[in-house]
Amino acid sequence: MVNSAPATATASEAGPRSDIVVALAQMAPRLGDLGANVTRHLELIGAAAAGGADLVVFPELSLTGYFLKDLVTETALRLDSPEIQTLVEAARGVDAVVGCILESDDHRFYNAALYLSGGAIVHVHRKVYLPTYGLFDEARDLAAGYRFRAFEAPLRSAGAHRPWRVGVLICEDLWHPSSAYLLARDGVEVIICPSASPGRGVGHGSELGTAQSYDVITRTYAQLLTAYVVYCNRIGYEDGINFWGGSRIVDPEGHLVGEPAGRDEGMPLHRLDLAALRRARIANPMLRDERHDIVDAECRRLHRRERD
Amino acid sequence: MTETAAGLSRTDGALAVDCALVTEILTGFVREEVRKVGFERGVVGLSGGIDSALTLAVVCRALGPENALPVIMPYRASSPASERDARLVAAQLGTTPLVVDISPQIDAYFDRYPDADRNRRGNKMARERMSILYDLSLARAALVVGTSNKTELLLGYGTIHGDMAHALNPLGDLYKTQIFALARHLGLPAAVIEKAPSADLWEGQSDEDELGFEYAAVDQLLHQMIDERRTRAELHGLGFDDAFVKQIQRRVRDSQYKRRPPLIAKLSNRTIDRDFRYPRDWGH
Repeated sequence: MVNSAPATATASEAGPRSDIVVALAQMAPRLGDLGANVTRHLELIGAAAAGGADLVVFPELSLTGYFLKDLVTETALRLDSPEIQTLVEAARGVDAVVGCILESDDHRFYNAALYLSGGAIVHVHRKVYLPTYGLFDEARDLAAGYRFRAFEAPLRSAGAHRPWRVGVLICEDLWHPSSAYLLARDGVEVIICPSASPGRGVGHGSELGTAQSYDVITRTYAQLLTAYVVYCNRIGYEDGINFWGGSRIVDPEGHLVGEPAGRDEGMPLHRLDLAALRRARIANPMLRDERHDIVDAECRRLHRRERD
Repeated sequence: MTETAAGLSRTDGALAVDCALVTEILTGFVREEVRKVGFERGVVGLSGGIDSALTLAVVCRALGPENALPVIMPYRASSPASERDARLVAAQLGTTPLVVDISPQIDAYFDRYPDADRNRRGNKMARERMSILYDLSLARAALVVGTSNKTELLLGYGTIHGDMAHALNPLGDLYKTQIFALARHLGLPAAVIEKAPSADLWEGQSDEDELGFEYAAVDQLLHQMIDERRTRAELHGLGFDDAFVKQIQRRVRDSQYKRRPPLIAKLSNRTIDRDFRYPRDWGH
């Protein structure tokens, strides 16, 4: 299923590698069929590892499908569910980001993305912003996440001299610039955005309106935060609604890494390099100059005003 | 007075769509929604009009002409031009149409009700055609692909359980104006694109005469009213006649029942489609 591959990744003779290879598993989950989706994940994780990827990113709710309605509670997993443990084991040779409905001990259901690496669940992000307008109905069935955190992604297969600092934002989370800002302030180098974006808007050019929006958002964040943005959107149709794919990676200068994917199934591989991130941050040192003290002071002032 | 689109220049271009993009999405829609439930074929009632021609074209692109079954169902009073145009479309798309004359079954029924008016007869014909398509759906293992466009769905200009009954509807989010653009883009026969739209349920019937306004005008209004959520004041400012706006708002409201499944009297804590909510593509 590997569509395109960069030059074979090899350990540099000069020392530890500064680059990683990321696979975007642009796929269509079967709606509400956990078994079939776990099988597909295992196939794609295997293919990504065989293709030389250090990280494979799946779309939002990749283990369940998106418009679940009452299937939310029936497809929910816990971190110790066998399905998750199977994937944790599979993700020993290559890190993986997978999407699922996660049930808490007190039976709240979250739209979650799990970062799996080296036989462990390294990080869990629970979607904070649940779109509940237009064609979306997430807050009816789901509980909202409550934090944005960057974390250390081991990426052991890459032979890196240090972990990469990664943060996950699920689909609608990306539409709130405060989410990306908080991750940047938390030191993020790669923002991973698993997405299930329904395609709509056919009146403005040859791209869907939603595709145009994500193009602007991903490139803007990458450039302003001088970080990589990894966007993996699903494909296929659910109840007549199409998902437009278009998975892509944007580099810290706001340029696309390779070509965005189309609407078909596939798993393009792209190379990310900390050296490129370093160059971008030298050329555009906005992060260095960011006035967090002003942000904090103004937020305190606004918080007092909103409380009154 | 017939409402026209003249003078609405401020809304020009609002209905423009990228035809290549729309074709790609509709083709994928038919292919995936047919195949994921275990079918390979689609059956389409072909009237000789533009909507069913475009639907058949999309089905052919999605499933291949060999998997598209057009069914021409004339009544003895139907315009001969309708059957001729339907055959032209079927041939151009590389399909072999099935022709089922509905006159015997319609006449047998209305022998009991010789005084039935043309609306009753028209509705009955639409429902006979539906029942034939669903019979062929089972006989040929083909899903019924509908042809209703957004304009007629919003206006309720269709027969409930007749032409409004089908498994899939690729054109239901396209206004008639956009149907014309897509039909030209896909190279459908000029005879089909250029003739006045008609349900052909009785001799000389014309959509625009019957509705009392032009598609070009009502599509502009519906787009601004429904998609752009303009207020009455805003619609007035765009040049739409107040009485026309009121008339269309009433039509949309009064035909809402046609666009919804039947009401279920609620008794339990889990009533179908109210708090028993599953996607139709459940498990696919």
